[in-house]
Amino acid sequence: MLAFLIRRIASTFIVMAIVAVIIFLLVRIAPGDPVAILVGDNASPDQIQAVRKQLGLDDPIFVQFWRWASRVLVGDLGISIFSNEPVAKLIGQRLEPTLSLAATTIILAVVVAVTAGIIAAWQVGTWIDRIVMGLSVASFSVPVFVVGYVLIYVFAIQLRWLPVQGYQPIADGFVEWFRHLVLPSIALGLAYVALIARITRTAMLEVLAEDYIRTAHAKGVATAPVLLKHALKNAGVPIVTVIGIGIALLIGGVVITETVFNIPGIGRLVVDAIQTRDYPIIQGVILLFSGVYVIVNLLIDLTYTLLDPRIRT
Amino acid sequence: MSVEATPAPAVTKATPQNGLWRFARRNVTLVIGMTILGIMLLVAILAPFIAGDALTMKPVQRLKPPSDAFWFGTDQLGRDVFARTLWGARISLLVGLSVATFSVIIGLIIGLLAGTVRWVEAVVMRFMDGLMAIPSILLAIAMVSLFGASVMIVIIAIVIPEVPRVVRLVRAVVMATREQPYVEAAIAGGAKRWKVLVRHILPPTIPPLIVQATYICASAILVEAALSFLGAGTPPEIPTWGNMIASDRIYLGRAPWCIFYPGIALAIVVLAVNLVGDGLRDRLDPRIARRM
Repeated sequence: MLAFLIRRIASTFIVMAIVAVIIFLLVRIAPGDPVAILVGDNASPDQIQAVRKQLGLDDPIFVQFWRWASRVLVGDLGISIFSNEPVAKLIGQRLEPTLSLAATTIILAVVVAVTAGIIAAWQVGTWIDRIVMGLSVASFSVPVFVVGYVLIYVFAIQLRWLPVQGYQPIADGFVEWFRHLVLPSIALGLAYVALIARITRTAMLEVLAEDYIRTAHAKGVATAPVLLKHALKNAGVPIVTVIGIGIALLIGGVVITETVFNIPGIGRLVVDAIQTRDYPIIQGVILLFSGVYVIVNLLIDLTYTLLDPRIRT
Repeated sequence: MSVEATPAPAVTKATPQNGLWRFARRNVTLVIGMTILGIMLLVAILAPFIAGDALTMKPVQRLKPPSDAFWFGTDQLGRDVFARTLWGARISLLVGLSVATFSVIIGLIIGLLAGTVRWVEAVVMRFMDGLMAIPSILLAIAMVSLFGASVMIVIIAIVIPEVPRVVRLVRAVVMATREQPYVEAAIAGGAKRWKVLVRHILPPTIPPLIVQATYICASAILVEAALSFLGAGTPPEIPTWGNMIASDRIYLGRAPWCIFYPGIALAIVVLAVNLVGDGLRDRLDPRIARRM
């Protein structure tokens, strides 16, 4: 068990190190002077000189990488070209909207998807099953921003049930906070729901074919406990896996959703950085999101050991 | 035992049409997807002849609703949304097909190497893990902002994050194949290394790769549209579905057609590609079918 933990955590560090190398090399491969990329076109000679010194471009590339990586490790992600503020601080200011959006989406999506998947597996082959599966193929095909605009048009512009866009901090009241997150969460969560629902259905179908499920039915256990207690628990590993894999889907989607709904989060920070060619911000957010992805997947691997004792070797 | 020379009943007569019909009935999703995709490809190729002018701005006619003259209405600069939607199909399909082709070829080569040469495996697979950890949209944004926006850069930026997925798939198939008795027999029999690779190890990777290629195509079309939408993709003067939605999104309340038509076109194409993928998967690779 301990060996497994150590191995798993070590491989997480290796993956993060490789991510850092890729991001570091990207700037060096790009055409033009890396200093110009990192300080922008309007920098003063002093600034350019300062960054050039900081990067130490005359040193061997390993030394340069090590210097950069050790600053990243202590949370120094560089200075934004546009606003001249530390990137880490800018990200910190945008944390709440993004975390709120991610949390509501994940909760909403997992509840809806697992329920739909269980029902589809239970009613396999019927029209309910076909509708769930058909909807899931469809929601893979519609891009987040198209769903977003359709939702805004119907529920905000035509019906006026919900706000068109924007974000309300949770400190200003829970209800308004939630009302601003309903449509973005649905738009962002749709593909995620489709993914989880499909896997839940498949995993449940496999488990429901087992002998002990028939035994449970035979000895008179009601349908609901059979589905939720006997079957779902054993179908857990693939479901939890796909929830983790889907985090990548969500991270990409956050950038788009925040743009559609004008939510001032980390995704919006990146999109604004595209327009101002603010590379330090893009680089910082990539590091952060990759880190989140790797850590979530580490945590999920660790929950396997709770769900399935056989993995604990 | 009779030797009657009665002609076979008409129903079982194996005309080519019957064969086609039977194929269609057994592969409904595949045929529906292929048909939609075929029509879209035709439309994309013929866009210069049937769509008309997608670029001229006529400020007098800005934001006009759909009519006989403008089937899909006009956008904020008075351009024909119908013409722009048809032209947009070109970029989407070009990007989708190129990304699918390039990522499969590159992934296949790296995957074969990683599956057969031990030291390559260790290095390459770690690198692939790292690449997979970077959200593909963000990697593409970084590349476009570093290397400049063009269709070529967009294609490369989408290919790079897709490659690790192909490599993993190829490697998994190769590792399963190389333990097979017939491969061991071929090696024991003194077959040359590259011959074993080409004749025995390569063929089983092809069916799952074809399926994977369709899914890559679908996701590439979505990512291209997203990049254009975010302003990190194809330059704004080229009509793409993402660019169209991005430029007119502030007019959603007044002129929803500017956003809905390219959006619907995008959804239909991606759905068609996904249907082709599902259809091929059911036909070619029953093992993957169980996974989804």
